[in-house]
Amino acid sequence: MKEWIFTTDHKRVGILYLVGSMAAFAVAGIMALLIRAEQFNPGLGVASEPTQYNTWLYFHGAAMILGFLIPGLTGFAANYLIPLMIGAKDVAFPRLNALSLWLFWMGIVVALLTFVIPDAPDIMWTGYPPYSIKTSGNTAFYVFTVHLIGFSSILGAVNFLTTIIYMRAPGMGWMQMNVFVWSLFTGLIVQLIFVPVLAAAVTLLLFDKYLGTHFFDAAAGGDVLLYQNLFWFYSHPAVYVIFLPAMGLLFEIISTNTKNRPFNYNALVVGMCGLVLITGEVWVHHLYTSGMPDWIRIGQMLTTLMISVPVGVMVMSLWGTLYKGAISFNTGMYYGAACLFLLLLGGLTGIPLAMTALDLHLAETSFIHAHFHFIMGIFAAFVVFGSVFFYFPKMTGRMYNEALGKLSFWLNFIGVNVTFWPLFIIGVKYGMPRRYYDYARIPEATPYHHVATYGAIMVALGITLMLVNWIYSAIKGPKAVENPWRSASLEWTHAASPPPHGNFAAPVTVSSDWTPYNYK
Amino acid sequence: MRYFSVLRILGAVALTAVPALASGGGGEIADPAHGWDVLWEHVLIDLFAIGAVFAVAAAYWLIKYKADSPTAVGTGPTLSRAQMFGWALIPAFIFMADDFYLAANGWTLWNTYRTVPKDALEVKVTASMWQWNFEYDNGATSDVLKVPAGRPVVLRMTSEDVVHSFFLPKHRVKEDVMPGRVTYLWFYPKEAGKTYVTCTEFCGAQHAEMSADVEELPAAEFNSWLASAGTPAAPAATGAQPDAAPGGAL
Repeated sequence: MKEWIFTTDHKRVGILYLVGSMAAFAVAGIMALLIRAEQFNPGLGVASEPTQYNTWLYFHGAAMILGFLIPGLTGFAANYLIPLMIGAKDVAFPRLNALSLWLFWMGIVVALLTFVIPDAPDIMWTGYPPYSIKTSGNTAFYVFTVHLIGFSSILGAVNFLTTIIYMRAPGMGWMQMNVFVWSLFTGLIVQLIFVPVLAAAVTLLLFDKYLGTHFFDAAAGGDVLLYQNLFWFYSHPAVYVIFLPAMGLLFEIISTNTKNRPFNYNALVVGMCGLVLITGEVWVHHLYTSGMPDWIRIGQMLTTLMISVPVGVMVMSLWGTLYKGAISFNTGMYYGAACLFLLLLGGLTGIPLAMTALDLHLAETSFIHAHFHFIMGIFAAFVVFGSVFFYFPKMTGRMYNEALGKLSFWLNFIGVNVTFWPLFIIGVKYGMPRRYYDYARIPEATPYHHVATYGAIMVALGITLMLVNWIYSAIKGPKAVENPWRSASLEWTHAASPPPHGNFAAPVTVSSDWTPYNYK
Repeated sequence: MRYFSVLRILGAVALTAVPALASGGGGEIADPAHGWDVLWEHVLIDLFAIGAVFAVAAAYWLIKYKADSPTAVGTGPTLSRAQMFGWALIPAFIFMADDFYLAANGWTLWNTYRTVPKDALEVKVTASMWQWNFEYDNGATSDVLKVPAGRPVVLRMTSEDVVHSFFLPKHRVKEDVMPGRVTYLWFYPKEAGKTYVTCTEFCGAQHAEMSADVEELPAAEFNSWLASAGTPAAPAATGAQPDAAPGGAL
């Protein structure tokens, strides 16, 4: 126990990130079920009063994004895989890494206190003032959660950027790195630049609410929109802190299981860098209906649509990797293949939302709710789940149950589609608004909400089976062979399963014609 | 430099090939809601076309290239330098051309949405937790938005407390309402009818209940209601600054 708590080994840190982020996912998932139950019919249902429902919404959003998606990818996957993939013994600053982990766990604990403190935060994950200042809800706990996890993220970004730049195995050039290493490198640059902006925004919120300043108080010369601009100046890039590593990890799963080098690797790397360049110029698409000046709404419509260019290049690489592959279908690849379709669904439904004029109807309806769940939530979550299956033999030395893995996959994949397709439809058709516990004005949406709720129950079942599979197999699963997927990447070819402290028996060097995708 | 000229041509084609796609449905006044429906249909076709190509390709390859032995290795092509550029730049230009096509149409419709017709009826809207209040030029106030059918209506909106958002699903338009600023939107109730406005920016416990009826009355009926509801009292000041200007002095 003690050696886990005080560990500085990147693999243990990674697994503890996974445990923490899955805990956040589980509690936030229960919130999602409660939300779906509340929306089953119009009127107040399972919630005792509307504020309780709003607290569920707050916790679901904040915990899924800050507690699960970002730490799941930049905490768990990055920690476990980066040093192994680049042939390093550990990260550049192992003790700093442990501090990141501790801050993350403290953030999770503070977030969980939502359920025991009086006047829990009820301000959504966005925390827009003036409501977040006027509410009797405890906005400070939201701010502290963001501070703790934000510090953790900043330290993690510094640590991993340094690791990737300085600790690659002798001989490993930049264009020989795994796609995941590139995706994390680009994603963490975004994280390092933009997280401080969020920290500043929520700190000003704290000052306004508890110290009597007036940054966001229009009556005293402040500006309501200042917060929204600062918040989305971080939070749009945050989507790419999730999307980029998810994309990179997806390439590892797909490439290994098709036994093909990522198609047009060079263009893929340029595409990821292109996304970093464009990420800071699109945030106003979150403020299309917020009363921003007309010219900037149009300007950022164009930049937002342009996201399709770097992402399109990545998509070409992803699809090209399938071409003439030798595809094996294990549970990891099931998730990988599903992600191709989730990417299409989530990505393409973003296009009407990018168009300012269409957004005037679609904004803040369940259409946008379904869109970002597909592209950010479900796509990235499926990558995380798929990668846990994919790296399960590496992390535990044991094999998960393939049949149970596939069963839970189908429940999850069908379940998310059953949940979110109806929400697309009622968003467009009836303008069903988000964050409503009651929809008395739109009784015709009721059957759609019924279907969505059934889908959520399916996902809950799938996730439960998945967790059972992981926990049981980690303890009792059959011993796995050394390199079950025949990967050519260093973590499989040069390290034992699970790798010991220090990772490699002998220092790793690679030759100039080595790549992590030379399948044999 | 060649790339840029290709880009310019693609952009020009996209901009000229689609004139007035979304300019609305005939008559003197372009109805943005109608333009929305038209543009939405075109965008859906665009998305389905792209989505179908990629979905079919993925499904086909996933089935076709299933490994036939446990030791099989993929035989994907190794690209020459020219092929690398080609496979990146050609799709990039296609996506970009589609972006320009969408942006041109989106911008046209946006201009319709934001250009208020000259003879529009102006109504002041004040939002507060959790109600909408409407005030007319003659001082009449109401908690139901009554408007004459057949005349465009422009709303000048502000909030007394937190951020709200004025959403008229029937007319496919919304705009946020906040303290310290006056925002606007307009819509065109062509025929008499009933609909509602509802709040779409989270504003606290009763956010979901912050709704008001909208009555689109025949012009004569509206005029007689307005005359009877009008009061000689001076209109109440909203205390807010014009659109896009920051709030009052310290």
